[in-house]
Amino acid sequence: MTIAPTFDYCLRLADDALVLGHRLSEWCGHAPTLEEDIALANLALDYVGQARALYAYATEVENDGRTEDDLAYLREEREYRNLLLCELPKGDFATTIVRQFLFAAFMLPFWEKLTRSKDATLAAIAAKAEKEVAYHLRHAAEWLVRLGDGTEESRARAQDALDELWPYTGEMFEMDEAERALVDAGIAADRRSVRPVWGATLDAVLAEATLARPRDGWMQTGGRRGVHSEHLGHVLAELQYLQRAYPNATW
Amino acid sequence: MAEQPMPLWEVFIRSRNGLAHQHCGSVHAADAEMALHAARDVYTRRGEGLSIWVVPSAAIIASDPADKEVLFEPTASKIYRHPTFYTVPEEVGHM
Repeated sequence: MTIAPTFDYCLRLADDALVLGHRLSEWCGHAPTLEEDIALANLALDYVGQARALYAYATEVENDGRTEDDLAYLREEREYRNLLLCELPKGDFATTIVRQFLFAAFMLPFWEKLTRSKDATLAAIAAKAEKEVAYHLRHAAEWLVRLGDGTEESRARAQDALDELWPYTGEMFEMDEAERALVDAGIAADRRSVRPVWGATLDAVLAEATLARPRDGWMQTGGRRGVHSEHLGHVLAELQYLQRAYPNATW
Repeated sequence: MAEQPMPLWEVFIRSRNGLAHQHCGSVHAADAEMALHAARDVYTRRGEGLSIWVVPSAAIIASDPADKEVLFEPTASKIYRHPTFYTVPEEVGHM
């Protein structure tokens, strides 16, 4: 009875991680410094690793012969369930850092809650991811403070990025009926209960960064239902090209 | 706006408890906290580290390569300083 919701739940978390990991990987060879190039590639690999663990578990739950590669490489755009926040172009360095900060500040308390899931596999994946995301948050927060409280230009770019990405933050807290049922069953983490922790992290870091927290207003939505921005198709075109052009290719 | 070059930091990693920190390279970073992050990201990707030190490269006092002969050549003739003239009893095992 809970097979379909758990499968879908894994897909949401995995798609967030894979798409964001892919966006981070676009910095490889292009970051402002060699040190940051490696740092961003490290983050990307953490996310791809989380995605793999979640896809693998999803296929186990589904149990009809699909593999993690099938889920990553052979689903259409409308079948992807990631947050719109994760698929937006990497933008300038400030945009990437602000997105990492907004997402990690949410994911750290989220994974922490999911470590107490009654689903042992999800709890184990959460325990591993929690440590990785704790570093992601520290990395993004340190950069954000230096960008915000840095030069006139870095401050302007950080504030622009924050204002630009803000309408995409509401989606992180969305829960449909299926996810609420999983929360009630003790399997999923309650996204609403993460909000106060997320807000406190934001206020503390933004104050140090001398950046203004944008006002809550209309929020973007759709990713969880497969209604994406024009950007996801381009991500998938690159991500899936090889398996689409040469089915079952291995190396 | 003119870009300021970021300061250079020397990185020392301790790989196991009981071993000393060893120099493994350098990173550019704006300040000490960022240097620690950069060192972690660049030099501990394969599980090398238990502890990291970063030191401003400017704080390192180095010997002058031109002094090489004065400083190091006199030791060349004092091979008796190497502890290779002693026979170690087998029972001692690995020293």
